[in-house]
Amino acid sequence: MTPAAIRLTVNGRRVTSSAPPLTRLLDVLRGEWNLTGTKEGCGEGECGACTVLVDGAPVNSCLVPIAQMAGVRVTTIEGLKGKHPLQGAFVELGGAQCGICTPGMIMAAVALKSRPSTADMQAGLAGNLCRCTGYAGIYRAIRRATRSR
Amino acid sequence: MPPSVTHRQLLEPGTLAGALRLLRDEERLVPMAGCTDLYVLLNFGTLAPTRFLNLWPLDELRGIERRANVIRIGALTTYTDLIRAPIVRRDLPMLAAAAREVGGVQIQNRGTLGGNVANGSPAGDTLPVLAAAEAVVELRSASGVRQVPFRSFYTGYRETILRRDELIAAFEVPRLGPVRQYFRKVGSRAAQAISKVVMAGTGGARPRVAFGSVGPTVVRLPNTEAALAQGLPIAEAQRVLLSEIAPIDDLRSTAEYRRRVAANLLAEFWAHCGTGPRRAPVHRR
Repeated sequence: MTPAAIRLTVNGRRVTSSAPPLTRLLDVLRGEWNLTGTKEGCGEGECGACTVLVDGAPVNSCLVPIAQMAGVRVTTIEGLKGKHPLQGAFVELGGAQCGICTPGMIMAAVALKSRPSTADMQAGLAGNLCRCTGYAGIYRAIRRATRSR
Repeated sequence: MPPSVTHRQLLEPGTLAGALRLLRDEERLVPMAGCTDLYVLLNFGTLAPTRFLNLWPLDELRGIERRANVIRIGALTTYTDLIRAPIVRRDLPMLAAAAREVGGVQIQNRGTLGGNVANGSPAGDTLPVLAAAEAVVELRSASGVRQVPFRSFYTGYRETILRRDELIAAFEVPRLGPVRQYFRKVGSRAAQAISKVVMAGTGGARPRVAFGSVGPTVVRLPNTEAALAQGLPIAEAQRVLLSEIAPIDDLRSTAEYRRRVAANLLAEFWAHCGTGPRRAPVHRR
């Protein structure tokens, strides 16, 4: 009955957390495993800055307890190793300005289907706010990256 | 700063039966599903309870299936599950439409139908759908099961008939047949925003109309429905509607705006769904 250590896979590596069970995934990623690429924005599920993939699906890491992550595969921005086509395209085409939304934006974009339409991008990124770019650079970057993948 | 969680306890029942036993035996346990509402309170520092029951691993509470004349939807079914389910898209498109407009993809991947109902916000997007579809809520406790019409689930603002030892286990939605379905949420933007007014309805000879965010609970509007069924002019049905709702001014909108939008939605609904039994797609913006 007492929650045991939580085992999961993060960016391909099997890891164990002994954080209190209600600790947010966000805090375990940043505090325990030093994966500080994942950002905290609003803390209420509005901005998407803390987006990571859980078994391939975008999730707000500020709204999930580590206890619900047992056995899952988590992918953070570090898991893309700087080599994902989206990362290069965001750099080249103005998909990032201040950068606080960028890790979450890219993780949400990774989960889009290939060759997404504008409507697909708008729906898939509706949970990610960017206050710098006006989104045009982001959509350009995603279009470029998904064409070449 | 991360919220402090060290003083909070999480019970992991492992099975539904175990969860129900804990609810019966333990004091002040708060069930926890997708956490998309609970963790907002945690992050704001306003989550008072300290003991929680983790429902998320209980697969017995998941799934969507057809049974005789109903669609049965487990309480832990996520919005993403609803959006993807062929049964929902075909037979209950207004529920798929509502699920698509809850939060963004991240929320849809974790938030659950049971959680939306348990949270009990009068602005909950799926609530008018369940009201218009005349869903039945299945409540389970260690001592049994009871099935309650969704219409009588709420007794006041965020108050329900749910007993402390009960969980919402599932929803059963009767087959609606070939009537047109309607769903529309009006908020500051399509995604993320909480509704200022939200409406679901079904057409045909016995129209059904439900609204959220126009009173302390989601409401069905029997007099408005009767006006439509009698074939009264839409302006007359709108007057009846305005006598049946009681919106308030709050941080998202004003009562006057909500009255106007509710009347407009009724007219749009009736233009889409008011004539003939032909099945039409749910209104999409």
